Amino acid sequence: MKHRTFFWFILPTLSAMLLFIAIPIVSTFVQSLFIQHEQVLILSKNCGPFGCSETTSVDIEATKELRQGSHLGKFNGVGTYLNRSHLAFVEVGNAWVASKTFSGFLNEVLDLPFYGALMFTLTYTAVVTPLVLLLGLAIAIGVNGLPNMMKGPSIFVSLLPFLVTPLVGSLILFWMVDGDGIIGATIQLIFNDPNLSLKASTGLTWTMLIVYGIWHTLPFSFIVFYAGLQTVPVDTLEAAQIDGATKWQRTFYVVVPHLVPLISFVTLMLLMDNFRVFEPIVSFSAEAHARSLSWIIFNDLRESGNPLYGSAGATSMLTIIGVVLLLIPVLIRTWRDFKLRSL
Amino acid sequence: MSRTARTRITFVSTLSFSLVALWLLIAAFPFAWTFWGSFKVQSDFFSKADWMYALWGTNTIKETGNSFTGSGYHGAWIVEGFWKNFLNSGIVVLFTVIISVTFGTLGGYALARSGFRYAFWILMAALVFRAMPHITLVSGYLLPFFEWNIWGYLPTTIIVLVAMNQPFTIWMLHSFFLNVPKDMDESAMVDGCTRFEAFRYVIVPVMWPGVITTALFSFLLAYNDFTVTVMLLSEENETIIPAINSFLGTTQVEGKVMYAVAAVVSVTAPILVLVLFFQRQIVSGLTAGAVKG
Repeated sequence: MKHRTFFWFILPTLSAMLLFIAIPIVSTFVQSLFIQHEQVLILSKNCGPFGCSETTSVDIEATKELRQGSHLGKFNGVGTYLNRSHLAFVEVGNAWVASKTFSGFLNEVLDLPFYGALMFTLTYTAVVTPLVLLLGLAIAIGVNGLPNMMKGPSIFVSLLPFLVTPLVGSLILFWMVDGDGIIGATIQLIFNDPNLSLKASTGLTWTMLIVYGIWHTLPFSFIVFYAGLQTVPVDTLEAAQIDGATKWQRTFYVVVPHLVPLISFVTLMLLMDNFRVFEPIVSFSAEAHARSLSWIIFNDLRESGNPLYGSAGATSMLTIIGVVLLLIPVLIRTWRDFKLRSL
Repeated sequence: MSRTARTRITFVSTLSFSLVALWLLIAAFPFAWTFWGSFKVQSDFFSKADWMYALWGTNTIKETGNSFTGSGYHGAWIVEGFWKNFLNSGIVVLFTVIISVTFGTLGGYALARSGFRYAFWILMAALVFRAMPHITLVSGYLLPFFEWNIWGYLPTTIIVLVAMNQPFTIWMLHSFFLNVPKDMDESAMVDGCTRFEAFRYVIVPVMWPGVITTALFSFLLAYNDFTVTVMLLSEENETIIPAINSFLGTTQVEGKVMYAVAAVVSVTAPILVLVLFFQRQIVSGLTAGAVKG
């Protein structure tokens, strides 16, 4: 295809992506370097019968004018990145000096908003991804062994948790695990503790979110593996059987190797989606115990009346760096494949 | 010898069947439970005393005289004006799907037919864009949108959703068009068509399976979106998902939780119908990227 024709064909999609994905990333970066203007303070002297005192008050008019003048605020360089809500080098350093044990240091660092959110996001991603891969594979093999007339309905039912939006899906589960809901009440009955609440402790909240995450993404890995199973070469399987391989051996030495390319595809998609975990925290109102990177950005932007664009921008840039780090292995591999093909 | 082998296989298959059965139960039960419960009153849906209340609607009969009640739906759709949100969602979804599939078809076709290096780089960039958490992009939109006075309107949201949809759309249609033989459009061009005419008269008639699958996923993205719509739409233009979220903020009062339950069921129903009719396309779409590796 000629360059000119290619250009006209790609123009709409490329301009949409440039205008609304690439430029916003730049604009987020610029925002992160600025900080809102401070309030304009007026110092006034009040002299009364008991001497003079100085009072400060906020000049609302002047503050408004200053902030109206430039939406971005004033230049702050990387100050926002280094403050307490983000990388917090000073606080981490202090914690290192002050705490005697390593776990004490860790506790103090994880109390900082950014590191706490990073910790949750990474834990969530690291727990959900492998479990979903394994369970998805197991269920795919199971469904593949079902009689044909049961396969369609099984896939239909399985698709629901994945296709229903996370906000709604997690709400449905949230109502069930509520202290008065069916699962919550049953758990209270089992442990004989009427005050037991899954929302009350950090550990239980994290477990609840992770269980939701598995429920929500399992169908994706199941469907992909199931489709992969349909293309396993029958000849190889039969040859293995004739050579005396048991069912387990056939699964491990024929089926699994056939699925390996799919495993890397599913892992990539799961990593990308799990790293942006956000809606379940809103639905479960779990922010007291679990905050993800996306959630703290959302919270900064939602700050009523006074959105913290600079802070949200800085967290966004750090999140983007995290995503790129996750993707680097994939990008390198794809690049190598491409070079091999063009040789 | 053969007997032991058979029993072991039976054991393994029993295990795998029960795993599947357990999963299907876990996948379906929450939906069935919430659907059934949405026709009850709150004290039945959240019935700590005895979960059977939710099945038989003991309190529902006491309060309304019938074991089923539509009061949740009435409250959500009429009292809280959920129909307006549904209408907004309809507009957003319709235009997002049409525009993003049009853009994606042109782009995906070009990428599939161009052997130049920049086509590869565009696809790589799209992969990176696909991985960006949407909230990080949204934080870049707000200030400019406020400044240009385009914040809060449906068209702004539609354009943003179209753009966020593009990486996925062009990847999917790119791999679809790779499977359409090159000879088809090239022979049309040998016969004197321009590239665009070849696309119009040769490719368009055969592209519908790929386009329908892509359209389904665009539909799901626009219909299910929370991050973009909650940040970019004003209250009167809210679509369904952020509307449910704002229900929750105001509905801690007795009885009103059922409004949210009814709204959640109403939002889930169209998805159910969609899967019922397009299951095959959805499955093939989920695996489109994977099969190529």
